[in-house]
Amino acid sequence: MKDPAERGLRESATFDRATIAAIQHAARTGVYDIRGWGAKRAVPHFDDLLVLGASMSRYPLEGYRERCDTDVVLGDRHATRPLHLDIPVTIAGMSFGALSAQAKEALGRGASEVGTSTTTGDGGMTDEERGESKTLVYQLLPSRYGMNPDHLRAADAIEVVLGQGAKPGGGGMLLGQKISDRVADMRTLPPGIDQRSACRHPDWTGPDDLAIKIGELREITDWEKPVYVKVGATRTYYDVKLAVAAGADVVVVDGMQGGTAATQEVFIEHVGIPILAAIPQAAQALRELGVHRKVQLVVSGGIRTGADVAKALALGADAVAIGTAALIALGDNDPRFAAEYEAIGSAAGYYDDFQDGRDPAGITTQDPELAARLDPVEAGHRLANYLRVLTMETQTLARACGKAHVQHLEPEDLVALTVESAAMARVPLAGTSWIPGS
Amino acid sequence: MAALSRAEAGERDPAPAVTVDLHEVGVRALNAELHAPTARSYEVLHPAGAHSIAAGVHDEIDVRVRGHAGYFCAGMNQRAHVVVDGSVGNGVAENMMSGSVRVRGDASQSAGATGRGGLLVIEGRASMRCGISMKGSDIVVGGDIGAMGAFMAQAGRLVVCGDAGDGLGDSIYEARLYVRGRTGTLGADCVEKEMRDEHRAELAELLAAAGLDHRPEEFRRYGSARTLYHFTGDHGSYG
Repeated sequence: MKDPAERGLRESATFDRATIAAIQHAARTGVYDIRGWGAKRAVPHFDDLLVLGASMSRYPLEGYRERCDTDVVLGDRHATRPLHLDIPVTIAGMSFGALSAQAKEALGRGASEVGTSTTTGDGGMTDEERGESKTLVYQLLPSRYGMNPDHLRAADAIEVVLGQGAKPGGGGMLLGQKISDRVADMRTLPPGIDQRSACRHPDWTGPDDLAIKIGELREITDWEKPVYVKVGATRTYYDVKLAVAAGADVVVVDGMQGGTAATQEVFIEHVGIPILAAIPQAAQALRELGVHRKVQLVVSGGIRTGADVAKALALGADAVAIGTAALIALGDNDPRFAAEYEAIGSAAGYYDDFQDGRDPAGITTQDPELAARLDPVEAGHRLANYLRVLTMETQTLARACGKAHVQHLEPEDLVALTVESAAMARVPLAGTSWIPGS
Repeated sequence: MAALSRAEAGERDPAPAVTVDLHEVGVRALNAELHAPTARSYEVLHPAGAHSIAAGVHDEIDVRVRGHAGYFCAGMNQRAHVVVDGSVGNGVAENMMSGSVRVRGDASQSAGATGRGGLLVIEGRASMRCGISMKGSDIVVGGDIGAMGAFMAQAGRLVVCGDAGDGLGDSIYEARLYVRGRTGTLGADCVEKEMRDEHRAELAELLAAAGLDHRPEEFRRYGSARTLYHFTGDHGSYG
């Protein structure tokens, strides 16, 4: 049968096929759609920015040989043991439970191979992850699943999670098919239930309390560990100021494109702001407080290439974090599982049902047979390769701008392709000196 | 540590107690000592509402706080036995793993939050969110507790010898709640349950451990109806 468009049929822009399918699903089941991945809608992003290379007025560095450093120190404001990472690309928090133990181990292996950090998630710290992660950030989440002071002391940094880009204001979900006995035991929950994580921290409310909470975490760990504060990108300017006031060593801002293992579709697509709009707000807040580059800014949500990394750093970030891209590097959505994706109603390149635990690639599952498909060593190597590529691409662009360190990239190195992205990123529309709103 | 002075404890404690006067040194110095203890028993003077007193202790030592403490007193306690001769601020014994914490006075919000083990006794009253997200610890409150007690409580036992405020046990999982006085509205999925012999027996043990002489027959039991354990389209509270 010919493609409908070739037959002169017109698809509605308002009621497109995905919208029609969503209405039909709601009418059929009476429940809203819960899925993984992040926002799929098109939003202003790093693709809407261009890097201005060197020319007459700027002096470039030779692309392959000249030194262009990539290291970053995170958390030297208060901690006696800040993190020294070789590259400015870190692995974002993803839980054991959402991911298999093999996937968590692979993330640790890949990150460690290239000298960067990985992060626990809403399910506690596993031995596999700690064992294979040279530098591990331990999250303190509202649920406090598996929270253990021994793990706080065993971690290299602590991340107080207030929210994530996929669902600012929402707690986590883990559906029953992924609550294996081990996951249930770590979280102190009955096996097989549909678990909902708290959306608020249980023992503090508001920024003044957070300052005291951070003080407690520092006391428990004898002021050794950097303390991060992670927020979903919403009121970023104010959130960053309050996080700094509360004593954060590092602020993590996750844009709406950031991934999730299981969240309502309506939440993923309609809450939060793109990371492009959040970074300038965060950098402004840090500059106004006199702590830019002293309280480090880590950004995430839709980082895919070295170009994204370079542009994020130029806008004011000290490092980025990747989640979805890291899973793809491990093997998520691999075409070699095409037939199996089809069998569960999806397709390679489209698979986002991280919530249902039937991942053919063995990454977002607790099924022992599926999880065994992922070789943590090989997957870790793939992630390390990808991280190297991201770093080399970032260096390529930094050198082209004449920077001997990737952190020397600055907003002046960027222009925007669209009015919207110029306004959000606060860089001029290409070929003009116009920054809308300034 | 120059500001620490040794003093003999009472007859029942033959080990020499180290006295730490928070007029003389800060909480950092106190906790550094408690994290690598050189003694088995400590007395903390002039706490004056300081935060994080005895947080992160992980050895089996005795700590006596002579006065009121601020937030997160004995936070994440492991093995230690902490007694506060006064009242405490938010989050006393939060995420306790083991050991015991006893508050002679009242406790502010989120007392015993997310506790995974050990026993927290509050001889006075506790404010809102007492036992929130508790994960296996035991909490005994001599008086009343405020609203939203045992919110999302997963495991463990909460004993309230007075009244419990509104929203008790909202979204509760498998924690067991015992209330001697009145309860306000019960939270989502929290219901009154039958008191059987095994419940009276465990309650008697908890009361004895807390040093209280109430009779188990005076209490009523509350727990999860388990209707929120699976997502369906039938309850609009999901979200």
